[in-house]
Amino acid sequence: MSEHIASQKMYFVVFFSLLTLTLLTWQIAYVDLGRWNMVVALIISITKTVLVATFFMHLRWSAPLVRLVVFAAVFWLAIMLTLTIGDFFTRTNVQPWQSSATVSQPMVPAVKR
Amino acid sequence: MHNSQAVVAEQFDDRTQQHEAASLGMWIFLATEVMFFGALFTGYTIYRNLYTMAFEAGSHLLNARIGAFNTAVLIGSSLTMALAVHAAQTGMRKRLMAFLASTMVLGGIFLYIKFAIEWVHDYRDGIVPGLHFTYSGPQASHVAMFFCFYFIMTGVHALHMIIGEGVMAVLLIMAWRGEFSRESHNHIEMFGLYWHFIDIIWIFLFPLLYLLGAHF
Amino acid sequence: MSSLEVALEPRVHYLNADYSIKSWLLTTDHKRIAWLYLIAITFFFSIGGVAATLMRLNLLEPQGLLVEPDTYNKLFSMHGIIMVFFFLVPSIPAVLGNFLIPLMLGARDVAFPRLNLLSWYVFMTGGSIVTYALIAGGVDTGWTFYTPLSTLYLNTHVTTAAAGVFIAGFSSILTGLNFVVTIHKMRAPGLTWFRLPLFIWAMYATSIIFIIATPVIAMSLALIIIERVFHVGIFDPALGGDPILFQHLFWFYSHPAVYVMILPSMGVVSELVTAFSRKKIFGYHFIAFSSIAIAVLGFLVWGHHMFVSGQSIYAGLVFSALSMAVAIPSAVKVFNWTATLYKGSISYEAPMLYALGFIGLFTIGGLTGLYLATTAIDQHVHDTYFVVAHFHYIMVGGAVMGYMGGIHYWWPKISGRLYPDGWARVSAIIIFVGFNLTFFPQFILGYLGMPRRYAVYPPEFQTLNVISTAGASILGLGYIIPLIYFAWSIRYGAPAGDNPWKATGLEWTTTSPPPTHNFEETPVVTEEPYGYDRLAEEIQVA
Repeated sequence: MSEHIASQKMYFVVFFSLLTLTLLTWQIAYVDLGRWNMVVALIISITKTVLVATFFMHLRWSAPLVRLVVFAAVFWLAIMLTLTIGDFFTRTNVQPWQSSATVSQPMVPAVKR
Repeated sequence: MHNSQAVVAEQFDDRTQQHEAASLGMWIFLATEVMFFGALFTGYTIYRNLYTMAFEAGSHLLNARIGAFNTAVLIGSSLTMALAVHAAQTGMRKRLMAFLASTMVLGGIFLYIKFAIEWVHDYRDGIVPGLHFTYSGPQASHVAMFFCFYFIMTGVHALHMIIGEGVMAVLLIMAWRGEFSRESHNHIEMFGLYWHFIDIIWIFLFPLLYLLGAHF
Repeated sequence: MSSLEVALEPRVHYLNADYSIKSWLLTTDHKRIAWLYLIAITFFFSIGGVAATLMRLNLLEPQGLLVEPDTYNKLFSMHGIIMVFFFLVPSIPAVLGNFLIPLMLGARDVAFPRLNLLSWYVFMTGGSIVTYALIAGGVDTGWTFYTPLSTLYLNTHVTTAAAGVFIAGFSSILTGLNFVVTIHKMRAPGLTWFRLPLFIWAMYATSIIFIIATPVIAMSLALIIIERVFHVGIFDPALGGDPILFQHLFWFYSHPAVYVMILPSMGVVSELVTAFSRKKIFGYHFIAFSSIAIAVLGFLVWGHHMFVSGQSIYAGLVFSALSMAVAIPSAVKVFNWTATLYKGSISYEAPMLYALGFIGLFTIGGLTGLYLATTAIDQHVHDTYFVVAHFHYIMVGGAVMGYMGGIHYWWPKISGRLYPDGWARVSAIIIFVGFNLTFFPQFILGYLGMPRRYAVYPPEFQTLNVISTAGASILGLGYIIPLIYFAWSIRYGAPAGDNPWKATGLEWTTTSPPPTHNFEETPVVTEEPYGYDRLAEEIQVA
């Protein structure tokens, strides 16, 4: 059985990286970056996820089929998020065939920022 | 010494096939978990964008320091779990048991902090929708929505951890009885994947729930 | 192959290896698990059928002949919940899929046999809870559990029913997981992907949907339960919740779910059309890839159930366009089946009658789906009987006929006995006639404006409703007759022999019924599938 056995040292390196990134995400939340706070937080989370998946979960040494399963999960999650959010972000009280002059305030609360 | 793991189940031709099947099966299960939690993340995203101010106000009421500490604890438990898998791969029974036990302890610390400290305080502070919600600031109902998602998402996450603790107890006993070997330790490896996945979910929950608008 | 060959049943096979109850209830044999599912879903089908009967009887009169509107609401809700979740979704996958997949792959069992048994117990648990909800008074949300009706306004057994469906969902997830791993990892030597029977491709695509979509409805139902139990406002507009969010999450599963219900039937039809035309299937690769395409595209169209619910018009546009796209792979299959039939040596045994019925009725159902995908038309016919007719053409005219065709075709393998084909053909025709009489008038009713889920209707619609009810009685008869002759065949049917249809496929190379471990020796595959021309030569030479 060709199973890859990683070095224990590697696990510790990844662990300390994860701790550092956690510290970073926590502290950077106290810096006002406006809408970029959320983007930075997500980028850090994704980085941590990639580290956990690649090294702790051995994706780096896994069969292509396993990586396909991971891709599929992310792909379909993205579809669910994108099309659902797409609906909410394109809601308007003014339909394309109406002129906005004849329609009063939209009922949907404006998206902040 | 009882070693049931050494037997290849009769539907499989050899140990390699059995290992590959187990691995593929567990990863597919994790894919289902991605979609299960994903539905919650979808709802969270919609409401966070509709009620940004209220969600930030709600997030403020959570203790980010405790959340960060718990994140470190969980990441630590991922480390010990990875080391447990390593011990199983190298046939080191005592070390395997030690790392499994450590993972259980760290997971237990996380759950204790989550339930006995955070949730109890939240209840006392009156920010538990449906049970005890007395927040009277602006957009209270939208703040309640934030806390709905907070309790549901961390609750479902915690439920997965509790199940994990149960499975680890069983694995610990099996390890003690010498049922795992260098050649045959699928259960440890597959459970490791599950445990790391739970860590990944928390890696997203922490900033999304605890760190919104922290720069107020 | 001698024409004087006597069909013999093996002395010991999977059915008679052990007669004890324990050997059935604790079995890990995929073939026995298939039987457990078969009995369960037949039971649920009959409950759903009773609900439908009461509904159609009620609709004989414009003012409602039989029940109060509140009761009628419960009837259509239970009909939908039971038929969708406890009959259609498991039907082919859990019965034929469980039985056939290892056999078609040349394997001894599925990858995780104990998980397979657990799937059945989880299914039965969910089904028991829903049955309890029915007996305790029923639920009247419709099978779609729309909020805020389900969360805020009803005091019927919504929580219980939702919990039952939630639990049953895990049965699908585990089954899908089992099938994908089995198909990837347990194929016999030489059985490459493009030598697989098309039924396997269809089951693979179905399993992808089980795995990815089902968890989402699980969470949607969990959120409903949480909202009801804890009185929180996740979908309550007064508290900032959005009911449309529930619809997004619900339909993210429920649209792919309809492909779960049709893809396996399409797989069955691919097998039937080629076997009963004695001809290699036309366009194997196209049919195989179209199954995957349907599974993937099927995830992109859920908003077409929500055109008039309040989603943005731009979302409606996107979902409408994507819904047009998903029709294409389905059409590809119909063309390939037709091309297979062309110049084939066609015989009209019962399985083939069901297959031919499928092709015609599915085409009608599919085309009417395109009308519904057109937002301008849907504005008028949404929530009318047009929609009801559309999905029954696909679910009953398509999926159930595929299921019946498959049960007939593989019955000799499953039971070791032949059913009486004369009676089977008669039943198939009764079903076809009854079906069209029941549901075609509903297209007209919907177009004329009769809403669905109404216990009463304007008097001018009565004639069409009476025709529909009359058709339903014929349809019901058509489903009862097979129960009788299948039961008869177990005791009195002629032994089938290994391959009564002289068909290709690994399942026909072992005995009928198969031994517990399926094959005496693991088969080795060296040839392309559906080699009917080779088979014809062999028969001539013999």
